[in-house]
Amino acid sequence: MISAEHIKKTFGDREVLRDISFRIPRGEIFGLLGPSGAGKTTLIKILTGQLAATSGQASILDTRAEKLTMSQRREIGIMMDEFGLYGRLSCYDNLKVFALLYGIDRREIRKTLAAVGLSGSEKAPVEKLSKGMKNRLRLARAFLTNPRILFLDEPTAGLDPATAEEIHALLLERKRLGATVFLTTHNMTEAEKLCDRIALLDKGHILESGSPQEVCRRYNRLKQILVHLSDERDISFPAVPASAPEISALLAEGTVETIHSSEPNLESVFMELTGSKLNG
Amino acid sequence: MRNIAAVFYKQIKDTLKNKTVLIQFLMFPVMTVVMNNAMKIENMPENFFTELFSVMYLGMAPLVSSASIVSEEKEKGTLRALFMAGVKPSEYLLGAGGYIWAGCMAGSLIMVFFGNYTAGRILFFLLIMALGIFFSLIFGTCIGIASRSQMAAVSLSVPLMMVLSFLPMLAMFNHTVEIVANFIYTQQLQVLLSGGTCGMIKTESWLILAGNGFLALFLFAFIYKKNGLE
Repeated sequence: MISAEHIKKTFGDREVLRDISFRIPRGEIFGLLGPSGAGKTTLIKILTGQLAATSGQASILDTRAEKLTMSQRREIGIMMDEFGLYGRLSCYDNLKVFALLYGIDRREIRKTLAAVGLSGSEKAPVEKLSKGMKNRLRLARAFLTNPRILFLDEPTAGLDPATAEEIHALLLERKRLGATVFLTTHNMTEAEKLCDRIALLDKGHILESGSPQEVCRRYNRLKQILVHLSDERDISFPAVPASAPEISALLAEGTVETIHSSEPNLESVFMELTGSKLNG
Repeated sequence: MRNIAAVFYKQIKDTLKNKTVLIQFLMFPVMTVVMNNAMKIENMPENFFTELFSVMYLGMAPLVSSASIVSEEKEKGTLRALFMAGVKPSEYLLGAGGYIWAGCMAGSLIMVFFGNYTAGRILFFLLIMALGIFFSLIFGTCIGIASRSQMAAVSLSVPLMMVLSFLPMLAMFNHTVEIVANFIYTQQLQVLLSGGTCGMIKTESWLILAGNGFLALFLFAFIYKKNGLE
């Protein structure tokens, strides 16, 4: 459905993407995780034909991204911060412009607004909406053609947890309806919750890829045993047999309040690979 | 055609809520109506205010509106969203430019309706306005394309608008200004509006109008090639 083969992108002397390859089958949610400046938005632009790769090839629906026809474009919904909304127009009119472009029945506009929870704000001017509502409207615009493929660039960035949660539910609903979703994020919880597979991108290079669980399992050596003592001290031990005598000794002293294991998560994997935080 | 109609629709909806552009469209037609009815000065040439304001109108409204609309769409990324929905740059320019041209022509209709013109002169007036609005539209679009932001477009379009709109008026009072003003299309169109007919146009005027038209199209081609519409 979506494929990238050895994509490389340079701006002048600066190499923004290096040898990026992956394949996303139908119905999958694929997350590209990386800090700001990692090259996520550049990759979305290449995949959607907005930007030409320096070398390599991006394909969607078995067609090269830069050669997508109008009917194929209708199969793709894109939500990017850079795609502005008409601030003075109402939510309804914003979608109506695109409904006219796509030749879509007007009833679809109301249905789509209702699907993203904006049916009560149809007539509200966009410039008066909160950031969360604007994001929903961007999503509605991406959903308008009922596309088979969605490209979402940080769909929940800057949103409160409740709104982010609602957007997650919308995306999972799209997946249930058979859509393939490519999303970028630097929120590991979001990625773990939504994505079937992820790729960790840093400085234009994919460091790891696979399902979130697989990627974390590969770094099981980062697993820790956390011990909380009665004097409020926390001690962590590597989850290896060599730690057993020390933990046993603490247990024997009777000073252990709680004991639990800490599995590696995407954040700790990224930290291990790059030495920096994912959202830093 | 559907894409052009969608852009046209968007402009209609947007202009109704965009005071900057709305004022540009309405200011001079309203002033013409008011002044024609309120000011009666002895020995004042017939249709004085209509001709004075119509030249200001064609030098100001299409120029500022097109620069403002194009630069705002670029700055806010709405143009990119349109292109990703399959709108071609030429379709966008035809939709937005066609809307501005039609809006200014509607204003011109109001101006000529409240003047004292014969049917033939009304047609001639509208022809002159159509040509002038087209020239200003091209210059305004060039500014919109070349500007990185709406603010930058305003700071570029205002000085040009002042020259195009006010020089013909100042030329009435000063011969030196008139010599300079003769090289710009608004002055030539002012001369035509205040009494000329197609048959009376001097070769010199034709050449100046053609030169201005060529300059507008050359500038547009150059700036478009250099910057693109995104």
